[in-house]
Formats: sequence, C-alpha cells, structure tokens
Amino acid sequence: MTWAGPLLAVALTMIFGMILFAVLGKDPVRTILIIFWEPLTNDFSRSELLVKGTPLCLIAVGLALGFRAGVWNIGAEGQFIVGAIAGGAAGLAVYDTAGIWVLPMMCLAGAAAGAAWALIPAILRIRFNANEILVSLMLVYVAGLWLSALVTGPLRDPDGFNFPESRIFHDSATLPILIEGTRAHVGALAALAAVVLAWIALERHEYGFSLKLFGQAPRAARFAGYREARVVMLSMAVSGGLAGLAGTFEAAGPVGQLVPALPVGYGFTAIIVAFLGRLHPGGVLLASALMALTYIGGEGAQLEMRLPAAAISVFQGMLLFFLLGMDVFSRYRLAPSKARLARRAQGGAA
Amino acid sequence: MDMSALNPVAIAVALIVAATPLVFAAIGELVVEKAGVLNLGVEGMMIVGAIAGFAFTQETGSTTVGVLAALIAGALLAALFAFMTQVLMSNQVATGLALTLFGLGLAAMIGQPYSGIPAPPFPELAIPGLSTLPVIGPLLFAHDWLVYASLVLTAGVWWLLNRSRAGLILRAVGENHDAAHAIGYRVVAIRTAAILFGGACAGVGGAYLSMVAAPLWVEGMTAGRGWIALAIVVFASWKPWRAFLGAYIFGGVSIAQLNLQAMGVAIESQYLSMTPYLVTIVVLVIISADKARARMNAPACLGRPFFAAG
Amino acid sequence: MKRLSLLAAAAAFALGAGAAQAADPLKVGFIYVGPVGDFGWSYEHDQARQAVEAEYGDKVETSYLESVPEGPDAERALRQMAQSGHDLIFTTSFGYMNPTLKVAKQFPDVKFEHATGYKRAANVSTYGSRFYEGRHVIGLLAGEMTKTNTIGYIGSFPIPEVVRGINAAYLAAKSVNPDVKFKIVWVNTWFDPGKEADAANALIEQGADVIMQHTDSPAAMTIAEEKGIFAFGQASDMKQFGPNARLSSIIDHWAPYYIERVGAMMDGTWESTDTWGGIDSGMVGIGEFSDKIPADLAAKATAAKEAIIAGELHPFTGPINKQDGSAWLAAGETADDGTLLGMNFYVEGIEGELPK
Repeated sequence: MTWAGPLLAVALTMIFGMILFAVLGKDPVRTILIIFWEPLTNDFSRSELLVKGTPLCLIAVGLALGFRAGVWNIGAEGQFIVGAIAGGAAGLAVYDTAGIWVLPMMCLAGAAAGAAWALIPAILRIRFNANEILVSLMLVYVAGLWLSALVTGPLRDPDGFNFPESRIFHDSATLPILIEGTRAHVGALAALAAVVLAWIALERHEYGFSLKLFGQAPRAARFAGYREARVVMLSMAVSGGLAGLAGTFEAAGPVGQLVPALPVGYGFTAIIVAFLGRLHPGGVLLASALMALTYIGGEGAQLEMRLPAAAISVFQGMLLFFLLGMDVFSRYRLAPSKARLARRAQGGAA
Repeated sequence: MDMSALNPVAIAVALIVAATPLVFAAIGELVVEKAGVLNLGVEGMMIVGAIAGFAFTQETGSTTVGVLAALIAGALLAALFAFMTQVLMSNQVATGLALTLFGLGLAAMIGQPYSGIPAPPFPELAIPGLSTLPVIGPLLFAHDWLVYASLVLTAGVWWLLNRSRAGLILRAVGENHDAAHAIGYRVVAIRTAAILFGGACAGVGGAYLSMVAAPLWVEGMTAGRGWIALAIVVFASWKPWRAFLGAYIFGGVSIAQLNLQAMGVAIESQYLSMTPYLVTIVVLVIISADKARARMNAPACLGRPFFAAG
Repeated sequence: MKRLSLLAAAAAFALGAGAAQAADPLKVGFIYVGPVGDFGWSYEHDQARQAVEAEYGDKVETSYLESVPEGPDAERALRQMAQSGHDLIFTTSFGYMNPTLKVAKQFPDVKFEHATGYKRAANVSTYGSRFYEGRHVIGLLAGEMTKTNTIGYIGSFPIPEVVRGINAAYLAAKSVNPDVKFKIVWVNTWFDPGKEADAANALIEQGADVIMQHTDSPAAMTIAEEKGIFAFGQASDMKQFGPNARLSSIIDHWAPYYIERVGAMMDGTWESTDTWGGIDSGMVGIGEFSDKIPADLAAKATAAKEAIIAGELHPFTGPINKQDGSAWLAAGETADDGTLLGMNFYVEGIEGELPK
C-alpha cells in the first residue's frame, strides 16, 4: 500500500512529462527513458548517482530524525556550507602535510562546525523561544556570504591570480575513491551507515522513541520524563553534524577545493527528500536515489535531446508535487481513524 | 573620499527602486504567515510574476496589463501551493521549496523568447507641480505608480489585520486553527485566500524587477530576492509597517554598499551583506523571548497543517 | 552505440586523419555557465557554436549543456560529454578549469578547450581574448564623451581580466582627457541584473555620465538609456537595450576561434595551444560607433583600432607607473603577457583600493 502512492506519482510525472516534452518537440518516450533508465545502464552514471545521492541522503537522514520530533531545521544548506568551510580550512591549514590523520581531522572539523551552526537555532529556541525554522534559514545566508568572503579573502589560492577560490586540496586531504576511475567516494559508505544507524535508533533505541513521542505527543513525552531541551539540542546537533559532514565530503571529494559555487542547494533539496522518504531512513535512501536519478538523467536529456535546462527543473518540480501530493492517498487510506489522523497531524507538521 | 558628492535624494530614489519589489513580496508573505501558513516558494512566485509581467507588456504594449498578468500568474502558482498544502495536506516546507524549483524552471521556459528584448518604459506617475519641487519632489512625487501602490498595500494590510473583522478572523486562524474551526470559521478557505493574496503580491514584486528596476527579462533575475522577503517578514515581527521599513533596510544595505564604493570607500561587502540577517535573528530573539509579546506577533500556528478532524 | 563511436573516434586519431571521420561527424560539446539566453557571456559562446554548425554543416555535430554551476556538477557534465563520444569539448568559464584538467586526464583521446584559464595539458588548450584592446578603444571614446570627467565602471571580481580592462580603459581615457576620473564599483557577481542596475544608479549619482561594465547583463545599459547618459555594450552589442545610450561595444566573437579549432580537429592538426586573440584575430569585436560620437573622435578611435590591428599600438605602452607611484613600464616599453595575465594592481591615477 505504501508503494502505491509513490509509484502512481512517478507514473503521473512520466505522463505529464511526456506531454511537456512532446510540446517542446522532443521524442517523449525517448526522453523519459533517458531520464529514468539510461543513468542506470552504465557504470559512470551509476557512480555519479552515488556522488549526487550521498550528500542528499546524509543530510536528509539527519533532518528526518529532527522532523520526527517536531524540530524544524531547514537551514541544512547553511550547516553544509559551514561544514565545507571548516573541513576545507582544516585541510588547507595543514597544506602539503601527508598523514592519514588529515582526512579524519577534516571530517571531524566539518561535522563539529555543522553541529555548532545548527545548535545556534537550537539554543535560541530553548532559551528564547525563537522559531528555529526562521533562525536556521537566516543562518543559511550568513554561511553563504561567509564562504564567499573567505574564498575572496584569507582562504584564497595565493597562486590563483585573485580568482575567488581556494587552493586545490592536496592528496591526503582528498577523499579516497570507492570505484577506481569514478568520483564515487567513501562518503557513500558514511551515508549508508547513517541510514542504518538512524534506522536502528528510530526503531530500537530509546532516543528514537523519545523523538517520536515528542513529535506525536509532546505533553506525554514530558510526563514520561524526557527533557525537550535535550531532544531539540540532540536533533539539531545530529542533523547539523551530518550536513556539515556532507559539506566536508563535497569539498574534499567531488570538488577538491573551496569555491563559491560549492553549495548547489543540497541542504534544501534534502528537506524535500526527507519528506518524500516519509521521514524514514529507508525511505530517505530511496528518495535520494530517485532525486539523484532525475538530476543525472536530466543532464543526459539536456545533452542528447537538446532540452533546455529549464524544462528539466519544471519536470523535477512536477515530480515533487506529485510525490508530495500522492502522500495524501496513502495517508487517508491507511489512517481512517480520527485519533490516528490527529497524531499524523502533529507528526507531519511543518 | 568626497562626502559632499553624496546626493541623499538620488540615493533615496535608488533605494525606493531596490526596496519596492521586496515590499510587495514581504507584505504578501506576511499575510500568508499571519494566516498560519509558511510558503517558502516566494522566489518561485516572484520570478513567474517577473516573466508574466514582462511578456504580457511585450505582447499587449500595456504595462497595466503586464502588472495584472504578474498578479494573476503569482496567484496561480500560489493556488498550486494552496491546493497541495490545504487540500492534499502536503508538508508546507517541502511544497514551498518545490514551488521555488518549479517556478524558476517554468519562468525560464516561458521566458526563452523574451530574453534580449528591452522593456517598454514604465510610466511615471509624476504629480504635476509637486514633482518639480526641490528635494521632496523627486523623493515623494515622481515615482511610478507601483511605488505608491506598495504604500497603499502596506497601509491596506495594516488596516486589514488590525482594524477589520476579516483581519481578526485571519489572525485567529493563524493563532489557533482548532479554536477558529470550532467557532465555525472555514480555516482552509481563509488560508487559501491568504495564500493567493501572497502569491499575487509576490508576482507583482517580481514584475517590478523585470518592468521597472532592471528593466529586462533574463533567467534567474530575481537572484534570491524571494528569500530576502522571507527574512524581512521575520525581521518585521509580522507587522506591515515594519516589513515596509525592513524592505528598505535590506534593500538599503546593497544600495549603501554600492554608493560607498562609488564614493571610493573600500568595504568588505560580504560582511556588510550579512548584517541584515544577523539583525533579523536578534530581532526574532528579542520578540520571542518575552512570551506575551511573542504571542502578539508571531502566528502560533505558523507552518502547522490543519486537519478538520473535529 | 556510444562506446562504438568513441572507439571509432579513438581509432581515427590513432590513424591520423582518416576516412572514419568523413562517415562520422565530429562531435563537439560546449558547457556554459549561464543560460544561453543571458544575452551576455554564454549567449555569445552559443552564437559561436551555431556558427560552427553553419560552417561545417553535417560534418560536425554539436551539443551543449547550459547553466552548469562551477561547482561539483561541472566535472560530471564534462565527463558525460567525454563519455558520450564527443571529440572536442569547449569549457567556457574560468571555474571549469580544474574539472576540465581532471576529466582531460581520464580521457586522453578527447580534446578540451578551456576559456580564460591558465592551466594546460597535452589535450587541454586554453583560449581567451585580449579584451583590453577593445577597452582601449572604448576608453578613448569614454574619455572624450564625458562632460563630468567621471566614468563609472561596474566590476565583477577583482581578477586580472577585469583589472586589466579597467587599467586599459583608464589609460586610454586619460590620454585624451587628463582630468578624467574613474569610479569603480565591485558587485561581486557576474550576473544579477537588479544589482547591476543599482550599481549603475549609484555611479550616476556620483557624477558618472559614461558607464562601462564588466558584468554580463544589459541592466546597466537600460539604466543608462533611462537616465540619458552613455554606456558601452559588453559581451554582446546590447544596442536594443540602449539605442541612444550605447556608444559602441566590445563583442565577444568566439566564432573565428571555434571554427579554426574544429577545423584543426578535422584535419588532424589539433595540438594544445594557448591562444590570446585580440582585435586582429577577430575574437574581440568593436561594435559600430553611435552617431552621437563626433566624426573626428570616431576617426581617432578607428585609427587606434587600426593601429592595434596592425600591431603598431599596444594599449600598455610606457611610461606607466603603478598606482603607488612605482615605475612599471619605461618609456616606449610595452607590457609582457605574463604581467598582463597576472595583473593585480591599478595604474597610477586610479583612485581607490583594489580589493584584495
């Protein structure tokens, strides 16, 4: 039953997408195949699915945990950027030093910075009752401007002719590659580990229970002796840390340096991914794969069918709308009772 | 550096041009949020308004039709958001983000035949006699009508929210939808109306950019202004006149930067650009810390979906 | 299918120019940083792509990816092109430099052409234009046409390319108008029409009556038209945006270079080069002069242009001092390309500090 909704949504997107492509004068069936099927047929595209899916999955898993508890971190993009900055700066600080400790140090710095960035809205919510949606969103802009200031200032490549970018990280500050000749890096394993750990935490651990309880019945959770402050802090720190880690991975992996264009919106897309995955780690994994697929396939369609980039984002927008909209059917079919609806109401709140 | 070269009137006029799109978008979003809905799709609605306004002006030769088209286009995109979030009960944050993605793509697609064409001039509504006065003439009486419209809009929304029965209902819905529903208000209908209003405003804000400020159409030309509008609403603690002021402050930072540079003052522009956001956080903290005051400003049900379960 | 054509292409290279190419069109790819409809940088590259198609007809097959950010996605876009059998790939923005080199290493049989960069490899050429030559010509016009003796300059980022343009324009303007002053505003973006328009307004308020820009959108031109002052087209002609305001323009003509390089691929003479083409190569176009320009001034500018083409005039000819007063070029000495490519200083007379 849970499968019917998403499958129907994808089917509808394909139908409407084919209409769109036909209107644009492109072969509709061929275009759909390029987007949804071709990326799966060769090694390179498959490896790129990992590259694109890794940050989405890492961030979305963390966000999903928080969303379950009604902690609305929508500033993952900022935490991602700060993670990239901290991880990258750590790597650049020891430029040209070999050592297997360099990468772990960078990851630690990135995750810690991301977590710290996320703790700002957490603390402001606990201490001053400030809405974390808004604070975390504001901090995205601050982070973006900070990155831009750093790569045009202190972190700029001294031999780079004033171009706004850092040095290229040296080898020991670059992520090991999983599959030789591709860009798929060990971050993918970290994402997978995050999914498994989150799954266990959610289903088997008390932490997961406290999250769900706070999301569904905050008052009951307080009676049960859980401290809200703790849940908020922990949720924000975990999601921020994972976003920061994803940022470091991105800088030390596919990009290999700090550039102003490093953030491409993974932090925002991951919010959508978290909901598409119904706030479940397994679902998040599938949703990130699907999103990655449309990105890679979309580029293929641009290249082979000469579709404008704009048509691809319209197509992606349609897919998201259908997926988000289809949720309603499974929700109503699965949850006929009033009590359950009410619980959902709080569980799915934004 | 020569401070005497600074012409405050001219700078103020530039400021008005930079701030007006933000005023429209922020006031619209303010009403939406007052009704308890968080629509993160402002950027998408703005850019669709920008192309609709530009395209219809090109096709009909009338800037009035253009503005009207932008208004409708913004509202149409908002209708999609309303349908998703109010009827299908999808998550508002995710839907708003999807709306931005969709809107940017849609506008770029529609806009392809329109890039590289200059916009026809937008009529200025210079008030005869008054507009030639020194200083206050150019400052107050020589703008396009949309600038005056942004003032009227702000005043109107202030009146609506604070002095009218409709505003009371709107706030009640945003404050406690269950209670509002229990009294018999149609929460979904009211919220939908607010969302459409917000979309229309965002559309006009976008059109101001493509028809007056820049004036031309190019893909992605809103360049993040929809997100700034979201920040302004919070900065304003959901008060219309403060949002108006906020739009001028946020717009002003960029104008000040450029003018200071033109005067020869070296500044670290990124750090200066950060300040409005940091100030917004501080403002938010101040108004939220005092729970009684927070309740007067921030809509308690912001972003919470409403299920007619009772 | 794709693999086959890649193999065929590789085989063709191995054999030198061969019959395989006659049967199989040469696949040429382009990667743009903006949308093809930006009417600036990416637009002009795409115009040149179309010129390549027009030149070679069905002997060539082109494709492009637009709006590819200069971040993590650039490398994939490049690889996707390399993998799908493209023989020659033009990467048309500075930010693609490192991804281009990375992908080039993995696809030694595919040739790459990177615009505006400074790193090369056996299968990576770089190319750019001596836009400063064009800046010299429009600098002359600006210096004479300004009545307030104030010229506004909208800069994107303080990279050598942009700094060089400012210096060249300033020296030219100064040579005809000793009182001329430059007001420079950095907007820290290549493309934000709203901000570019604001910058133009700020400069006009500071007394500028001629605007030059090194950003990509025609917004400043529309503002100049509205305010009744002068401006120059940048990247594309922009005449339609400022029929009265536009004095002339510097146009990016990539077509001659692209046609030449694609031709070299076809007859197997392609090798890694560093091209820096000026007005004489056809890569830097000077748009026609507006009728607002007096005839004698137009003649003077035309003469300067001809002299540059003939190699008799170098925009950076000494004596020139740096901003701090230290000597840079002795009388009669011309700047070498190395210094120009890394230019990170203002020349004497420009006010304000170059952002570091």
